[in-house]
Amino acid sequence: MKISIPQAAPHVRNPGRVPSLMTTVLIALSPITLFAVYQFGWPALNLIGLCLLSALLFEILCLYSTGKPLDTYILDGSGMLTALLLALSLPPHAPWWIAICGSGFAIIVGKHVYGGIGQNPFNPAMLARVALLLSFPVEMTHWTQAAPLLSTAAPSFIEGLQITFQSSTAFDGLTAATTLGQLKTDLSQGLPLQQLTEQYFQPLDSSLGLTAGSLGETSSLLIAIGGLYLLRQRIFSWRLPTSFLGSLLLLSTTAWILAPEIYASPLFHLTSGGVMLAAFFIVTDPVTSPCTRRGQLLFGTGCGALTFVIRTWGGYPEGVAFAVLLMNAMTPLIDHYVRPRRYGRSRTGTPIKRPLWRRIREFFYTQPKSPSSGSDK
Amino acid sequence: MKLFGFRGGVHPEALKQHTADHPISTLPLPAALYLPLQQHVGEPAEPEVSPGDYVYKGQLLARSQGQISAPVHAPSSGTVVAIDEFPAPHPSGLPVKTVILETDGKDHWSPAWTTPTDPWSLRPEEIAREVGLAGVVGMGGATFPSAVKLGQSLQYPIHNLIINGSECEPYLSCDDRLMRERAPQLIDGIRLTAHALQAKQATVAIEDNKPEAFAAMSAAAKGINQLNVIRVPSRYPMGWDKQLIRIITGREVPVGARSASIGVCVHNVGTVYAIQQALCAGTPLLSRVITVAGGAIAKPQNLEVPVGTLVSEVIKYCGGLNEEPARLVMGGPMMGQIVPHTGVPLVKGSSGVLALTAREVDDGPERPCIRCRRCVEACPVGLMPVEMAARLRADDIDGAVDYGVQDCIGCSCCSYVCPAKIPLVQYFNYARGVLDCRQTATRKAQQTREMALARQQRLASQQAARDARKAAKTEDKAKNNTKNNIKNTRPASKNPDRPASGDDAGTQHKGAAANIIATDSRVTDIPLQSEQLS
Amino acid sequence: MITAVTLLTLIGTLLGLGLGAVNRYLPVKEDPLRESLSALLPGTQCGQCGYAGCRQAAEALAEGTASVNLCPPGGPLLVQQLGSILGREEDSSDAGSRTPVLAWVNPDLCTGCTKCLRECPTDALVGAAKQLHVVLDDACTGCGACTDVCPTEGISMQEVPLTLTNWHWPNPQHQDSGPPKQGAV
Repeated sequence: MKISIPQAAPHVRNPGRVPSLMTTVLIALSPITLFAVYQFGWPALNLIGLCLLSALLFEILCLYSTGKPLDTYILDGSGMLTALLLALSLPPHAPWWIAICGSGFAIIVGKHVYGGIGQNPFNPAMLARVALLLSFPVEMTHWTQAAPLLSTAAPSFIEGLQITFQSSTAFDGLTAATTLGQLKTDLSQGLPLQQLTEQYFQPLDSSLGLTAGSLGETSSLLIAIGGLYLLRQRIFSWRLPTSFLGSLLLLSTTAWILAPEIYASPLFHLTSGGVMLAAFFIVTDPVTSPCTRRGQLLFGTGCGALTFVIRTWGGYPEGVAFAVLLMNAMTPLIDHYVRPRRYGRSRTGTPIKRPLWRRIREFFYTQPKSPSSGSDK
Repeated sequence: MKLFGFRGGVHPEALKQHTADHPISTLPLPAALYLPLQQHVGEPAEPEVSPGDYVYKGQLLARSQGQISAPVHAPSSGTVVAIDEFPAPHPSGLPVKTVILETDGKDHWSPAWTTPTDPWSLRPEEIAREVGLAGVVGMGGATFPSAVKLGQSLQYPIHNLIINGSECEPYLSCDDRLMRERAPQLIDGIRLTAHALQAKQATVAIEDNKPEAFAAMSAAAKGINQLNVIRVPSRYPMGWDKQLIRIITGREVPVGARSASIGVCVHNVGTVYAIQQALCAGTPLLSRVITVAGGAIAKPQNLEVPVGTLVSEVIKYCGGLNEEPARLVMGGPMMGQIVPHTGVPLVKGSSGVLALTAREVDDGPERPCIRCRRCVEACPVGLMPVEMAARLRADDIDGAVDYGVQDCIGCSCCSYVCPAKIPLVQYFNYARGVLDCRQTATRKAQQTREMALARQQRLASQQAARDARKAAKTEDKAKNNTKNNIKNTRPASKNPDRPASGDDAGTQHKGAAANIIATDSRVTDIPLQSEQLS
Repeated sequence: MITAVTLLTLIGTLLGLGLGAVNRYLPVKEDPLRESLSALLPGTQCGQCGYAGCRQAAEALAEGTASVNLCPPGGPLLVQQLGSILGREEDSSDAGSRTPVLAWVNPDLCTGCTKCLRECPTDALVGAAKQLHVVLDDACTGCGACTDVCPTEGISMQEVPLTLTNWHWPNPQHQDSGPPKQGAV
């Protein structure tokens, strides 16, 4: 028997692998995906399918052009995850080219330009979403009232195809604003907030997902279930979602208590828009968030605070994507400065000091003995 | 007893059940033993025997040299066949100087050998000396000469002696069996060690997945003051000495300091057993208990083997191999070293032989890092393996040093949990190897620079001396000339303007001679310098 | 208008003061590059680089007229260090292929002429007239100065053999085979 290459320890490994991690996240996303299809019908299914398929093609294109082995990388699931997250953040009746542009941007510019999986500084799905929002504001803010699949109000299969591929307005879907968008518009018209929220914000509907919004951002409850599953599977630590939601909650509560007529309630903030999806699936993206525990707390807190700031004072109704991207940019900095304390060292890296009493005792310690040693000279 | 918290660690599957329930059996004496002269940290031992010599069991084969070193003894009687280069139990498979002993099967002790009278009457420094003479080294794998550790009580007051019975490595159960079967000897060894260190108390730490060993040790320790047997949680790397110190005392050993500096000393149970054997039975370290396990071994078990037995002998005794192993490991699967083939000897620090199948190794293709930070969570030291590996991938060793790669203990937790199967530990081993080489090179450069400077100064002073002589000579000649010119008159004044071509030639000739003399004197100087070097 | 002028003046003054203060209190040492370079070089003045001594070689390096692999005694380590200090990594690409060497006296050829003894910059060669000379490995820098003067060509440079003490793990990234590398083509 001859082993030519020395391989370092360990000689046993944990069975976890990257593809299985990705699969677990995809499983956690499945309830909200199914719910999106149920709620928004055929157009939703079309969009999700388009995103996944085009992401796969773009992925193959990138891997082929960079000369990386297709078999290893194509099945690692990271591209699928990005595409699904992007699809879930699109408006249900978005046209086909939005989906393709989005996944192309996410895969090529968001990921492979930086060197592929693990190298991207920004969350690809969020990057694509922001790019789409800035480039095609009309299509990206065209929201429709939820119309459950097979209900009378829902578009049929043919109508679904028309919506997605012909940008047809033939289907008489009820357009509706998201709660966040509505709030922004009405507040700018100087209407009192109290009245507005009572009018269109029902916390229960909002948590269950019976409102208008992006495909996968409506049902906070289902997202939370998926997130808790991931937490249980130890895919991510509790620190990121908790600090994100915590800082958003804290800021919104403070503002709400101080001036309830201008600032929306914390419950409103938590259950509307992409907050829940971001808390469990975007902020927790390992590639673009810090490695250390304290770094993660810092990152999550920053995301929450920025979300609140952009939502409240910014020009866009929804700020999660911007907040996450801004904090992504901070991640290398956080990882550089926030490091765990090493054994036997202080936080600054200097050796820890021994207790004073021990040094004093040593000073007076004498054991009158010959200087024996291990040598047997 | 209250335990303190600690950081990191992983939970590998223990897989000890195949070996832990069988009693230790003894390997029949092999026909030949291969005893490397360096089985320990520090200077290699110096051979005391020559090829052809007949040696008795327990006879000194090589004596220790230097402060940190350990002697090597003959594990059985027989003839020294050769003292030659032989493959070392090391991943590189490079050769090391080895005493090759052909055993005669008689296992004769030297006629002069006697059992010690009363180890309990020995003074602490005598215990340390005896242990040093017996060649005892750290048996947990560190192979640091135990006598050096025992001698530390001279510098530091030791408060707590911690006996490491955690055996956190998967597969291995040799310490477990030792504690179950030889608890009374171990307790004696602990008491002697504690006496040598003048330790106030001793604590035996056993992982809670070894209830039988805990029961046996508790029973044996009953009624002994200041000797606690405690259970610690099963979590790798519980057996890292500094981890144990943190858990038991709540304190950390400062970087660069020895654990004795905070009043703690950690010894492995195997070491304590060897100490007891050396002091009470007068037996130097001749054999050790090892675990032979792994999916490819037909009959996994614990064996007491003489030091120097070839791995192939051990595997043969254990029924051979079921299948071709993917990796042959000496030690545990987490920190053990891969060995290139079965033709390498077992040494004092070998705690096991594992023949692992590909299924057990479970080493998938390496994928890119997704920064899942499991390595950061698992690192017991508090390093960021993800960042260090990213820098080392680009050969940026200084960048990795900035992230503390020099503090890495090589426990393999990070590689174990890595879902991308990145050989993180090898990256860090590589970095530490390069750092070591750099340090050696820098030290050598510093020394050679000093030597070069000394030489330049010496040449300069020789030149100066030559010049002075020449000047004196010129003066002399001038005087003589004056004398010749002005006979029987008083000495004349100096005549610097006078050309002195003939003199110059003479001085040059003398100068060359002086140079040769200087060369000779340098020859005698040099050994001194080289001693400083080594 | 006046506000803007005042403001700019103020800013300019403040920045100027700041610069002055930095210059005053955080002085840059005189040519730290040359210092650090000559600290890295062996200092044995063997002259193999073609310069009179190590200081001159350091100056040439600092000016950029010399290659980072000019110094044979320094070995690959020095090439790497110089390369990283001077930011000339491309020159150090062949560093890995050069292993450190030591002088070795062939006992069959040595006549005991002591010529090499005089040449060695670190006194690493020992011996006496008409006696076999020996190289002290710990003191030899591998500069090769002795090989040139040996009348019998009895001194050669030998690669330092790989032993357990100088072996170290290879970088997995450069290991010839084994697990596929990250981003492998």
